[in-house]
Amino acid sequence: MSAAPGLSHFLILAAALFVIGVAGIFVNRRNILVILMSVELMLLAVNMNFVAFSRFLNDIHGQVFVFFILTVAAAESAIGLAILVVAFRGRRSINIEDWKNLRG
Amino acid sequence: MGGAGFQVGYAGAEMFVFLAACAVLLGDLFLPAERRGAVLHWGAIGACVLTAGIAWTGFGGGGFDGEPAIALNGFFVSSPFTALMKTAVMLSVGGSLLFSRRYLEGAGMLCGEYYALALTSSLGMLVMVSAAHLLPLYIGLELMSLSLYALIALDRDNLRASESAIKYFVLGALASGLFLYGASIIYGATGELGIAEIAARIISGGGEARAALGLGLVFMLAGVAFKIGAAPFHMWLPDVYQGAPAPVTLFIAAAPKIAAMVMMLRVLVEALGVLESDWRPMLIILAVASLAVGNITAIVQTNIKRMLAYSAIAHSGFIVLGVLAGDDAGVAAAVFYVIAYALMTVGGFGAVALLAGEGKERAELSDIKGLAANNGVAAAVLMVLMFSMAGIPPVVGFAAKLSVLQAVLAAGLPWLAVVAVLLSVVGAFYYLRVVKLMYFDLPEKGAVALPVLPRGAQASLAAVGALVLLLGIFPGKLLAACETAARLL
Amino acid sequence: MVSHSLIVSAPMAPLAGALAAGLLGARLGRAFAHWCAILSVGWAFVASVLIAREVVGEGVVFNFDWYVWARAGGVSLSAGFLVDNLTAMMMLVVTFVSLMVHIYTVGYMAEDPGYCRFFSYIALFTFAMLMLVMANNFLQLFFGWEAVGLVSYLLIGFWFKKASATYANLKAFLVNRVGDLGFLLGVGLVLAAFGSLDYAEVFAAAPGVGALASLPAGWDAATVICLLLFVGAMGKSAQFPLHVWLPDSMEGPTPISALIHAATMVTAGIFMVARMSPLFELSETALSVVLMVGALTAFFMGLLGLVQNDIKRVVAYSTLSQLGYMTAALGASAYSAAIFHLFTHAFFKALLFLAAGSVIIAMHHEQNMAKMGGLRKKMPVTYWTALAGSLALAGLPPFAGFYSKDVIIEAVGASLAPGANVAYWALTAGAFVTALYTTRLLMLAFHGEGRMDDHTREHIKESPLTVTVPLVLLAIPSVLIGAVTVAPMLAGGFFDGAIVVGEGRDTVAMALEKMGGASWSGMAAHAIYSPVFYLALAGVAAGVWLYSGYPLRTEMFARGPIYRALLAKYGFDDFNDWFFAGGARRLAAVLWRRVDAAVIDNFFVNGAARLVAMSSRAARKVQTGAIYHYAFSMLCAVALVLAWRLWLR
Repeated sequence: MSAAPGLSHFLILAAALFVIGVAGIFVNRRNILVILMSVELMLLAVNMNFVAFSRFLNDIHGQVFVFFILTVAAAESAIGLAILVVAFRGRRSINIEDWKNLRG
Repeated sequence: MGGAGFQVGYAGAEMFVFLAACAVLLGDLFLPAERRGAVLHWGAIGACVLTAGIAWTGFGGGGFDGEPAIALNGFFVSSPFTALMKTAVMLSVGGSLLFSRRYLEGAGMLCGEYYALALTSSLGMLVMVSAAHLLPLYIGLELMSLSLYALIALDRDNLRASESAIKYFVLGALASGLFLYGASIIYGATGELGIAEIAARIISGGGEARAALGLGLVFMLAGVAFKIGAAPFHMWLPDVYQGAPAPVTLFIAAAPKIAAMVMMLRVLVEALGVLESDWRPMLIILAVASLAVGNITAIVQTNIKRMLAYSAIAHSGFIVLGVLAGDDAGVAAAVFYVIAYALMTVGGFGAVALLAGEGKERAELSDIKGLAANNGVAAAVLMVLMFSMAGIPPVVGFAAKLSVLQAVLAAGLPWLAVVAVLLSVVGAFYYLRVVKLMYFDLPEKGAVALPVLPRGAQASLAAVGALVLLLGIFPGKLLAACETAARLL
Repeated sequence: MVSHSLIVSAPMAPLAGALAAGLLGARLGRAFAHWCAILSVGWAFVASVLIAREVVGEGVVFNFDWYVWARAGGVSLSAGFLVDNLTAMMMLVVTFVSLMVHIYTVGYMAEDPGYCRFFSYIALFTFAMLMLVMANNFLQLFFGWEAVGLVSYLLIGFWFKKASATYANLKAFLVNRVGDLGFLLGVGLVLAAFGSLDYAEVFAAAPGVGALASLPAGWDAATVICLLLFVGAMGKSAQFPLHVWLPDSMEGPTPISALIHAATMVTAGIFMVARMSPLFELSETALSVVLMVGALTAFFMGLLGLVQNDIKRVVAYSTLSQLGYMTAALGASAYSAAIFHLFTHAFFKALLFLAAGSVIIAMHHEQNMAKMGGLRKKMPVTYWTALAGSLALAGLPPFAGFYSKDVIIEAVGASLAPGANVAYWALTAGAFVTALYTTRLLMLAFHGEGRMDDHTREHIKESPLTVTVPLVLLAIPSVLIGAVTVAPMLAGGFFDGAIVVGEGRDTVAMALEKMGGASWSGMAAHAIYSPVFYLALAGVAAGVWLYSGYPLRTEMFARGPIYRALLAKYGFDDFNDWFFAGGARRLAAVLWRRVDAAVIDNFFVNGAARLVAMSSRAARKVQTGAIYHYAFSMLCAVALVLAWRLWLR
């Protein structure tokens, strides 16, 4: 059987997820929902990092941290969606391009 | 340092704010409608003042005169520094609420949610201030931020507010993500999450994993710089300040800055203090960029809130200058500066919130033309505040800028001090223009004059103005407190 | 036991009074304003008496820092108080005269629309002057120095709708700028030389100061410091050639002329030099300059008093001359004599001004003496008090001025400083001049036929009690204070510790020895052996002869060259107008067109402004309002820093 995946495998995967999440925020120019998803992706990448380190350092604290991040992420999504609903009510659109009135 | 037992008494201020937030929610349900607004308003302000008192005296342990201690199993730190910062946070929150009522009533926002969110947000700030571990630091940060996002979007029919809430939320989430990513790397490199433990591990570990630490540092710094509003992480700030309802802008601008500065100190000076040679160049870039962008872009603004937002960016440049000096004097200067800044902001945005009218915002620069004629007190206080923000003696802004510049000089960076002063001179232009508009210009033809403020509002504004003046002439006591705090983080 | 808070309360009470009178006076009324000011200054006077009793009586010296304002580079900038015999005496003079002037003002300014403003200013002045005399460091001295100056400008221009008042105001301001620049440079040099602004530290280190790196080689630091400080004193105490502002300052209300431009503020320079005696004693050059400037001022400014017709200007020129006497005494190392003269002069000169003010009220604000005369009968209190003040000024024994002035003249005579003999003759001749112009004033205003118009003549009456009571209260010390205090103040080491006199330079002791000791009777008796006494008598006699009867016997001199030179005040004002004002305007015109408009305005100022405006508009464009751009800028920053770090390693 081939060698078990090492720490660096996890880290690279997490980094890739993180970059995808980050890119989703600024490459995507249409939909605010996609941005919310990208944020989740970033947090997932972070969780992946924490769990991987925790496992390889033999330290439980990292995994505890992950539970808290998951919880906060849930709250964050709730707030984000709530704001989105409020915004949609006013302008009937969730297109990012429509939210450029404040500038300069 | 005291023991690391549970010792929940140290967290008296946090618990009190939490209970106050719950009480506000309950009161909102059960109070009769005609008395609800006044009771909630004054109750929340009273709770803020009481919390400040608890934080300062250390009811149940700690306090400004108490011994520094680690409590709650190593998650919580209590020291003169935390006492001072918590007192400053709670008084800023109290001041922010004080100036909000007139606007909230007019906009129909005078409800329990507003005060409950304000109090939970301050709870987040207090947790951040006392965090001895990255976990409470993160939780506090999110508690503060999530409450703020909701506060901004509270006025559901306000399109600008929704837009700024979206911007703040998305970029804030991005910043949190960056911060967490950095934290995870630091955790991987050191195996620790406690702030003191990280510092100790970096020292004992020598130079190993330095590259990983540097990587983590960059990401965490990005998150912190976003919260404090330093360029180039500042772009959310003008849009949010302008779009949010005036009382919310006031709230966001004052107290969260204090918490963000504490976070910066905890992460950079305390946890990663050994890496000073790594973070100092980055902070220099942040500071110079903030001073330049803030002061220069403010000049062409036509909206007061937006202009003050750019001014806030410039101020955060000064705070960063104090932090980057890194030693006790620098930290003391940053602490002094952020307190002075919070005071000036409460006064400045407070005046804007009061004048902005009852619900319908009037915050264009052209609106304050000839303000001195019908709102003498407000104009005089605004003038004092503008002088203070510009750093003209003898008001507190001057003392604050002076102490920061002294720290920068002592750190051996005279050119940086010169750049800071030059950019402040550019800034003086737009501050003084406000004074000119109020005192030397006549209202535009056909413009409706801003309403004359009621006596109570005038008195509270005048109190802030007097405090700004007094602290400028007699900064000694506060400076000494900041120095004590800086020694005992 | 006098506590520190009592000492602090002495200057702070008038400050509070000034703020209350100024901010609330308009709302709460005139009575409120004047009671605020009077009570607060009254408190300052009571505190001064209590402090003086302890300091003078028991020899206690207070020296403490009250508030540290800032620390910069190892120098502590603080507000602190030093109260020794010198300070205690100054405090008594300042608060007593100020209190008298406050009471007098209630009557004098009764009909002025700026009543509350006026009380606010004079209480503020008392605060500033007390801060000046009580300072224990150069910074606070400078603060007080500028603050009294500020109030003085405010009060000279009190009637700001009068063109001559604003002109006088501007003149006082500009001339004092020159003096204050010198003073500030002096304070700066003190800081450079000693690294401290605290009196005690500076004076302790003073004897060791030699050359200074920041000065050209061969310059003695003590001399330069003293000369610069003295330039400040010349401005404030109106010494030749910076004297031009004081006569014009008479445009201010009369109580102010008494308080600020006679009794207290203009003596700040004298006080300062006496306070700095440990420094001045180190430099013979500086002392000689002080001596000559003082003696010249004393004589030549006295002469000008002979040709003025404005009653207040006569007194003003006499003030210049008397300040010259004090300055000359300083130059002769007779500091205690200078302070003693300052002390007696404060009373009788304030008295003379207030008496002049009383006359002016009666004359319906006519100040020209050619239109007065014969007021003796109608204003007996004013006349007799003015007579007492005049005799004191003329220096006839046993009136107050005699003791202080004679000691000064004898001390200058005993001095071995270069130029002392010239100064001695100038001062001796000055005694004649002083007696002459004083007598002239009395003769023209109070004696002879009344020359006013009929309407005025019918309305002349003695002034109200608020005016006459201060006159009487000031007349008493004008008569007695010299005789009473000459022995304790000049003999017996009253100023030991506050004033330092170099080895073999104790001219006061020498003078006293020559005059047969410091007893009031002995000195008065000695006067008959002294030429000064006969000169003064001759002055009085000449004055009575020349100015009794109208037309005056002096008409024979009129239109002669000397008379015209005096009338033109030696041409100083014209010269200043032509050279400084005109020259500066011509130079400014050139600089303005060639340098300012072309280079600075166009290139630097407007150029910089254009640059800022341009970058401002550019920076604004970056702020597009689009979330993805904002996120992109954040990530770019992170990416750039990461790239920079990787590339560096």
